[in-house]
Amino acid sequence: MTTAESKSVLDRWEMVVGLEVHVQLKTRTKLFCACSAQFGAAPNANTCPVCLALPGALPVVNKQAVGLATRASLAINCEVQPVSVFARKNYFYPDSPKGYQISQFDKPLALRGWIEIGTRSDSSPIRIGVNRVHMEDDAGKSIHDRFAGVTAVDLNRSGVPLIEIVSEPDIRSAEQAGAYLRVLKQILEYVDVSDVNMEEGSLRVDANVSARRRGDTKLGTKTEVKNMNSFSGVERAIEVEFARHVSVLEAGGVIEQQTMLWDGSTVRPARSKEGSHDYRYFPEPDLPPLILDQGWIDKARHDLPELPAARRARFATDYKLGDYDVEVLTSTPRLADYYEEVARAHGEPKAAANWVMGEVMATIKTSGEDISRFRVRPADLASLLGLVRDGVVSHTAGKQIFSHMVATGDQPAQIAEREGLVKVDDDSQLSAWLDEVIAENPNEAERFRNGEKKLQGVLIGAVMKKSKGRADPRKLNQLLTTRLTS
Amino acid sequence: MAVTIDDVRHIATLARLGLTDARAAAIVAELNTILEHMDELAKVDTAGVEEAIGVGAEGLPVRDDKGPPFPLARSLDAFAPSVRDGFLLVPRLSTHESPEEA
Amino acid sequence: MTARRCAAVRADTAAGHVKAGDTLTAAIDRAREVNAGREGLNVFAWRDDDDARRQASTIADRLADTTPGALLGVPVAVKDNIATLTMPTTCGSRILEGYVSPYEATVVKRLRAAGGIVFGKTNMDEFAMGSSTEHSAYGPTKNPIAPDRVPGGSSGGSAAAVASGIVSIALGSETGGSVRQPAAFCGIVGVKPTYGRVSRFGLVAFASSLDQVGVFGQTVDDAAVGLGAIAGHDEMDSTSADIAVPDYTAGANADVKGLVVGLPKEYFPASLDPKIRAKCDAAIEHLRALGATVKEVSLPNTDLAIPVYYIIAPAEASSNLARFDGVRYGLRLTGDGLRGMYEATRSGGFGPEVTRRILLGTYVLSAGYYDAYYRKAQQVRSLIARDFRRVFDSGVHVLFTPTAPSTAFPIGAISDPYEMYLSDIFTATANLAGVPAMSIPIGRIDGLPVGGQFLASHFDEARMFTAAYALERALGAEARA
Repeated sequence: MTTAESKSVLDRWEMVVGLEVHVQLKTRTKLFCACSAQFGAAPNANTCPVCLALPGALPVVNKQAVGLATRASLAINCEVQPVSVFARKNYFYPDSPKGYQISQFDKPLALRGWIEIGTRSDSSPIRIGVNRVHMEDDAGKSIHDRFAGVTAVDLNRSGVPLIEIVSEPDIRSAEQAGAYLRVLKQILEYVDVSDVNMEEGSLRVDANVSARRRGDTKLGTKTEVKNMNSFSGVERAIEVEFARHVSVLEAGGVIEQQTMLWDGSTVRPARSKEGSHDYRYFPEPDLPPLILDQGWIDKARHDLPELPAARRARFATDYKLGDYDVEVLTSTPRLADYYEEVARAHGEPKAAANWVMGEVMATIKTSGEDISRFRVRPADLASLLGLVRDGVVSHTAGKQIFSHMVATGDQPAQIAEREGLVKVDDDSQLSAWLDEVIAENPNEAERFRNGEKKLQGVLIGAVMKKSKGRADPRKLNQLLTTRLTS
Repeated sequence: MAVTIDDVRHIATLARLGLTDARAAAIVAELNTILEHMDELAKVDTAGVEEAIGVGAEGLPVRDDKGPPFPLARSLDAFAPSVRDGFLLVPRLSTHESPEEA
Repeated sequence: MTARRCAAVRADTAAGHVKAGDTLTAAIDRAREVNAGREGLNVFAWRDDDDARRQASTIADRLADTTPGALLGVPVAVKDNIATLTMPTTCGSRILEGYVSPYEATVVKRLRAAGGIVFGKTNMDEFAMGSSTEHSAYGPTKNPIAPDRVPGGSSGGSAAAVASGIVSIALGSETGGSVRQPAAFCGIVGVKPTYGRVSRFGLVAFASSLDQVGVFGQTVDDAAVGLGAIAGHDEMDSTSADIAVPDYTAGANADVKGLVVGLPKEYFPASLDPKIRAKCDAAIEHLRALGATVKEVSLPNTDLAIPVYYIIAPAEASSNLARFDGVRYGLRLTGDGLRGMYEATRSGGFGPEVTRRILLGTYVLSAGYYDAYYRKAQQVRSLIARDFRRVFDSGVHVLFTPTAPSTAFPIGAISDPYEMYLSDIFTATANLAGVPAMSIPIGRIDGLPVGGQFLASHFDEARMFTAAYALERALGAEARA
């Protein structure tokens, strides 16, 4: 479709999208048993009667999972319900050992939240509603290509706690869908409930897509799109599915309510058998209702870590940083923490921002490491910045020292001494270098003496080079002026 | 509400019970007889009555987020029908077969 | 001949007068004597006498304990739907043939901790679905009092083990009457505790909101000792109550003057067998003579219990039995692909009654029927529970009713499923309301035992036992006449 064609489609048709996001909570143990929830163990090593669904086993709820689920719900402005009820979702699959998932159905943990994903041209916020958040246990993993002719099942993941965040069908474009996911991921990272890593599987997205004629208020038949592996994959899949809806509807057809699978470039229907989606939900008889004290919920809201929006506002006010710097420095909570420690220790937020956004982030990007494990600790970086500010080393030397710090983890002052990078402001040494430069560049020196002030840079630069960046530029300027003023 | 043979085939599929045609036909009669007795309930006035939840239990107990896990006296190999390299084996599904298709 | 009383065995074992091994030998001999094996009464699904001997040999080391375990040296039979480590747990089903659980039920752990010896796994209706123990994949169990008749069900094997004198106590399970009804049919004591009184961890689930482990005893005292040994909070069971366990034997010699006994009129319908009514009347007379106040009460929603039970129990069962799929344990049969494996395994592994109930349960939960059946049944269940609360709040201490509408019927006599379901007519209400209930023998009709049932309010087993102790004492030999 050409841009003109797609534009006119959008004149006639409106995309309506809701997203269901599954998030693995970062607890130590599983939701209903004390098996480790950590990734990476040998197949079926983290299992017990409960998560293997042996006859006679019973679930017991993990307190921390409830806490993290509550925190996540509050962070996206939901109303956490004082009473919620676990329910069985019945279906057969080899990685679902009980033959049912324990989820929540008509009484979920939280309702009626929202996420702000941007602002409109009139500065009003764009909010995507969150219909509900509920808790449930994850399924195991089915691996189809490890052994010929059979599917291999690993139940280590079976029982890991999940929350499912269901948005309202408020999303109107692929771009909005992407924004929703990025904002949601950032919020969940900030409140430290999950690794929210789509590549690793701690965050999964299903999209519900429908189309309706512009001006219609009724919702069209929706289809569910699954199997996307990245946020951009979600955006593309939504666009492709929307286009399919439009072409079917414009040709006078009807959209069949079904599940579609994304394969990276197209959608195809899942081979679902008729009537196989009847989950026969009923309240979980092995678990009494979850009753949360309102005081406990209020305290959880009060104790929420600073959310991204609040942190951004604070960075702008406290550190007087511009939008771009704020955006970059708050992109993850650990980066923001790092920056703040440097800024506070050093006392000059802008300088700290430049160095963190520059040197630090460039290094991290190349090495791929996590900033919370970055070798250059905030206090040490602040020391370095102090040396630069106080003129002990030049800015250029500072960068060299930084490289050494990354490589060795040593202190900046130590490195400066060892590598001979301490700034030279000794008059006799500076004069000596200056004399050499003047001798080597007699024409430039003469022209400068005769009034061509712009050659100052050339002469100073030559001395800096000769001194391997150690010459104190200010002193040097004074000396030059004194030497070459007639 | 009478149960038909199609209903029985449908619920047998949901329950993954393979039923022969003969058995399915017999079940239609059996279920209808049983369900007839259930129709008594429709006459009972239950307006405003809460469904019985958690009879005899008081709120949901929770446990701390720590181990050790509940031990198994014997490993999977001892009781699972088909194990290899620690994995449980089942007849192969195609890669994109979803729970709805299984 | 009967087994030695629990309390007596414990006392003698603790004092060193009797060796656990000898008590065990007596049980083994008795089992042979009554022909408990497959070709005879078919009491046990599994016995491992070597394992029992090993357990017995450890009892000597326990004699130095400051407080001797409540079941020290006592052999106990365990229903085959309760997970044990050293013997299979088959639930009377082909789908778990040969399955040896890699973990043990909490009640079995407590039994052992109390010094009890697990003496065999007893036969049962498949997955506890039945009222006659005719629906086991391992053949029917016969009533030791009259071997052409059923022992009741689903815990028929455990009832037979006690009734035939092999053991003095046995564990069973209750969902709609599966301990009390066999107790009545076999002339012994059977107790269903309050829902949540005893841990369900390791009890293979049939209907999770109704299931409880129950105890059979030769006498009220045996049952009281047995229940005391296994009851109490379990952190592995979220529905288990964190309430202290009193000494249920404390009321053994208490009088019942001023005990208010309610007779719910719905349990004495015009259609009640007059001979059973006569036995009940005689028992009630004894209670009056002992000083109890007897009055008629009403539990108006009683007649709805069977439809309610037969919607809720199969619904929960249909979900609980989904785990039997051939993937991780038990029987696996092959078919066309994964779906074929599921269907072949489940149709090959489950018997007709289980199949019927799974289908019924699936149906009442399915889209379009949930509100009319399952939700409605749960609402009516609330009404049934309310009936009990109202009566107990009005000053009634215990209720007394017949346990079953008939005496033990002949094996094969009842083939209509719904007619079989009606055996639970006086027992299912207690499971639905969660209240404790127990059956004690109150007489015989044409040589067949009749049971009388006491019910009490939640967690008031102590008062229930007190009433039962008193009636048992008053009846004396009449209970077997």
